[in-house]
Amino acid sequence: MIFSRNALWSSRRAFRFCLILLVSLAAGCTRYARRADLVIVNGPEPESLDPAIITGQADGRIALTLFEGLTRYNPTDATPLPGLAERWDISPDGRTYTFYIRTKAVWSTGEPITAHDFVYSWRRVLDPLTGADYAGQLYYVKGAEDYNTGKHKDPGQIGVSAVNDKTLRVELVDPTPFFLDLCAFQTLAPVPRNVIEKHGDRWLMAKPLPVTGAYTLVSWRINDRVRLQKNPLYWDAANTHCEVVDLIPCTVATTALNLYETGQADIVWDKELVPVELLDKLQKRPDFHTYNYLGSYFYRYNLNRKPFDDVRVRKAMALAVDKKRLVEKITRAGEQVASHLVPPGVANYKSPEGLGYDPDLARKLLKEAGYEGGKGFPRVDYMFNSVKTHEKIAVELQEMWARELGIQIELRNLEWKVFLQAQSRLEFGLSRSSWIGDYNDPNTFLDMFMSNNGNNRTGWKNQRYDELIRQANSKFDPNEREKTLQKAEILLVREEVPIVPLFFYVGQELYDTARFSGIYPNIRAEHPIRTIRVHKQPLEQTSLTGKLAANDHAR
Amino acid sequence: MYFLRRLLFLVPLALIISFLAFAFVRLMPGGPFDRERAAPSPEVRKAMEAKYLLDKPLLVQYWHYLEGLLKGDLGPSMKYRNHTVNDIVLQGLPISLTLGLSAFLFALGVGIPLGFFTAVYKGRWPDYTGSFVALLFFCVPALVIGPVLIMFFAIKLGWFPVALWGSPLHVILPTVTLGIYFSGRIARLMREGMMTTLNAEFVTTARAKGLNETAVLLKHAFRLGVLPVVSYSGPLLADLLTGSFVVESIFQIPGIGVFLVNSLFSRDHTMTVGLVLLYAVLLLVLNLIVDLVYTIIDPRIRYE
Amino acid sequence: MSDAAVSVNALSLAAADTREHLSPNQQAWRGFRRNRPAIVSSALLGVLVLLVVLWPLWRTSTLSDLVPRALTFSPTELTDEPFSAPNPTHWLGTDANGRDILSRMFYGARISLVVGLVGAGVSLVIGVLWGAVAGYVGGRVDNVMMRIVDILYCLPSIIFVVLLMALVENQFRAWLSGTFSPQLGGLARMLLLFIGLGAVSWLTMARIVRGQVLSLRTRQFVHASRSLGAGTARILRRHILPNVYGIIIVYVTLTIPSIILYESFLSFLGLGIRPPQASLGWLISEGALQINPIRIYWWMILYPAGLLGLTLLALNFVGDGLRDAWDPRTKE
Repeated sequence: MIFSRNALWSSRRAFRFCLILLVSLAAGCTRYARRADLVIVNGPEPESLDPAIITGQADGRIALTLFEGLTRYNPTDATPLPGLAERWDISPDGRTYTFYIRTKAVWSTGEPITAHDFVYSWRRVLDPLTGADYAGQLYYVKGAEDYNTGKHKDPGQIGVSAVNDKTLRVELVDPTPFFLDLCAFQTLAPVPRNVIEKHGDRWLMAKPLPVTGAYTLVSWRINDRVRLQKNPLYWDAANTHCEVVDLIPCTVATTALNLYETGQADIVWDKELVPVELLDKLQKRPDFHTYNYLGSYFYRYNLNRKPFDDVRVRKAMALAVDKKRLVEKITRAGEQVASHLVPPGVANYKSPEGLGYDPDLARKLLKEAGYEGGKGFPRVDYMFNSVKTHEKIAVELQEMWARELGIQIELRNLEWKVFLQAQSRLEFGLSRSSWIGDYNDPNTFLDMFMSNNGNNRTGWKNQRYDELIRQANSKFDPNEREKTLQKAEILLVREEVPIVPLFFYVGQELYDTARFSGIYPNIRAEHPIRTIRVHKQPLEQTSLTGKLAANDHAR
Repeated sequence: MYFLRRLLFLVPLALIISFLAFAFVRLMPGGPFDRERAAPSPEVRKAMEAKYLLDKPLLVQYWHYLEGLLKGDLGPSMKYRNHTVNDIVLQGLPISLTLGLSAFLFALGVGIPLGFFTAVYKGRWPDYTGSFVALLFFCVPALVIGPVLIMFFAIKLGWFPVALWGSPLHVILPTVTLGIYFSGRIARLMREGMMTTLNAEFVTTARAKGLNETAVLLKHAFRLGVLPVVSYSGPLLADLLTGSFVVESIFQIPGIGVFLVNSLFSRDHTMTVGLVLLYAVLLLVLNLIVDLVYTIIDPRIRYE
Repeated sequence: MSDAAVSVNALSLAAADTREHLSPNQQAWRGFRRNRPAIVSSALLGVLVLLVVLWPLWRTSTLSDLVPRALTFSPTELTDEPFSAPNPTHWLGTDANGRDILSRMFYGARISLVVGLVGAGVSLVIGVLWGAVAGYVGGRVDNVMMRIVDILYCLPSIIFVVLLMALVENQFRAWLSGTFSPQLGGLARMLLLFIGLGAVSWLTMARIVRGQVLSLRTRQFVHASRSLGAGTARILRRHILPNVYGIIIVYVTLTIPSIILYESFLSFLGLGIRPPQASLGWLISEGALQINPIRIYWWMILYPAGLLGLTLLALNFVGDGLRDAWDPRTKE
């Protein structure tokens, strides 16, 4: 016989071998013997956990849990409370801050946290070689901008110094009313010098990793989870409630919802992770929470391109957009329509009204500009990155402009990096945009449209606007500052209109207040993990939240 | 000798592939450091580009990459700045291997019997039903199958977890989602292979010799009928073992499947090239193994 | 005898290998017509093609009075009823923007079929040329050409698609808008998709054709023709290609469904065709989002997925039927 038996036999053996291999592999992957006390679906996988270099919100939430700064956020309203600094003095002109660091404050490895740690960490952020995209958060400090932009090479000229081991002095360029807010932001948190110098880029994988925050890093497996454990040496460890916390990365809304609904996750706290289609149902549930959020959705005109160099065209298109339809039909989470850029609820500021919805006026303006009924209007594009919500909004806008003004707009969806490049190079007609505030102050929205700001991306340059913003920020009196900023915003959204705000984002989160307390809606969507408490027995909702809130204030 | 030569040939082939991938990703518009928030200082961007050698000519970059490659270092990830590509591959690959291998076994386990029986019962109702089922498997995208399986088995019945990774139970739904398309494909290949052999002379001879039908089918026809499946196994395994974007994102599985697509989108150049290289080497080696297996199953085949 | 068979007959005269009074192609068609699932599928596909071709006609012309209102919605028209379930106005319901699902399915099927056909066509042209030349010329040329195929096999196809979309799309659109008309510029993404999908699926075709040509090249009738003074081009055209014709058709029918499926994957990634255009894959990738534990807008996934499944099934049955008919090994 030509065909021997052993071939079949050997294939059987191969099969058995594969089976054994598979079972052993599958058995080997039972890694997490214990479910964490708290499991949170956190958003995209963190690109980094190094507080100096991260930009993502999901990354920031973890980094802040590990690394606390001079101040920390109040869980109820995200205002700054004393953190590693127990108190501070502010000079009468508002330009010099002296921070007194707690004597109790130690790294999780036991060494004391000193003012020198802060000096090192802030210099590190400002060193161009660190590659910190958020270095701008420190530009309010004297000499910081020049060091970061390479105008001088001497870190000693930066206005941050250690008076002694526990006293830090900071000199600012302007009286910056939101500086304490910035001190709670992750970019300004202290990082362990010796570990970074020893391990380089991979310092976060060091064991043990010295941290200053309420939790230490147990493991960080990419796309799997970040596991945190309570830091017993944290100065406020007595008020840290959960022992072990898992943060799960996830970018598919349905998957996040599945995890939450089956109890595999306790909290979903990324607004991108709530399926839009279900909002009407979810909004009737007590465990779904929406609230004002420090983010705006708008579109940019490219003023370097015809016909957007004509302010009448910009206004006409803005007036033809039925923003109410967008929030009711597309986003559907109770977003407020926006006529101005700065979201409502921001600290120390109330925005002036911008342009509303007025198709008749829109047609009139377009006629004046010479494009009656859309005749002769150049073919322009509306550019957006490939995300379903942006696409739906784009489709609506296209239809509105066609219907009201007779303008044909071409939709162009680009993948993210191409989109960003096209936007910064001004290779578009109209561009979808959004902005999330970096600190609780109108300046985080308004200064980006100054002529030389890298985030302007409209081709709009207005000296008066630049002057107003500069004036406002050098003012110490909050009322005067507010008025000047309002003048600037009027210029932006009512008179010049290089951008058209569409709506304000709302925070959207899933958690059951009967089982989890110590988590509160606030404009920053900032929920310190240390205050979250799990109740095995579901408790009365109202009284409990009230009591805990009172506790937190008292502290 | 032939196989040794092919093994040697693998090295230049891998080099060419890595260079092509290296050049392709750098052709794309937008770079790893184009961000929604512009770095406030051009110095920062310059420093980053210098750090990852992006300011150097292509060939210099590639030369440095090769130097690392010789030491088994795929370079640092440009997106996940605290990790190297090696870190990420070493974490994700075992998971993708587990899932891929179980999907492969599932595809074989369902596909081969299905194809076998439809061929044996050709033209009768088991053939029609079986072929129809196989085709059906072949026509529904994983995009649809995955959520449907989750809804039914994980949420309605609660038998399996809805997502994540960590225990053998977590493996089952993703395995089916990933494997079902390929089981349809394998069933079709198997049926085809069997039909060819069932008409071949040696089968007729075997039948004429009075061997019973089962013996004929299993011992003689099956062994040659399975050949198309074997040759398909190489590329199939390479595909499955390097992970699947759709399945890994639906089930939130920490494999390396999502990284190829994501690294392309985030312009994480080193990651893309590393993963392409991994895929290519796996494919080449598996094809080599397939050819070896061929000579074992069918000794008439000789390579020179 | 049907028209199809007659036209094939003309071609098959070229085939030298005539053992019986019927040419292999004639035999094949006869076999195909005996295959019931394949015939049913062909009819189904015919109806589908007819529907999607005629659909814009009855929707926009005077005929629109003759058909029910539900059949005349525009696939891009937004209404105030997002997510409405199937009802007498919208037979298959509406989507997130309130667009009529039925009209979007007509539209999507149209684009998916075109994408599949043109993509397969592109892969056919490249694959056949490449494979035929490699196989016929042989030697070192063959070696180099097939190594190139090997290398391309090792590069995941998604790289090419992303590269093509990211690199060429803008310039291509600008060029189309400038040289031809702005309307054509809007189709840039779709045209690129055709090229891209075709360009990533020609490899297998090239291998198959090369293998066939390699074995045909040494056959007697080719030698005979060459000794009679026929040139390379003539031999390829008259003797080689007609003989690989069967296997090419079979492979093309099987490529169409896989290209349609691949396009649905690209839609999932946001690389597919450009809104408000839609393909079946795009509809499905949106519908798949609707499967969740709280509420299911089943009409958004069931109908598009059903239509896609049916189309692919029919295409596969036809492909199988063709193969069974052509492949002498499977004849009884």
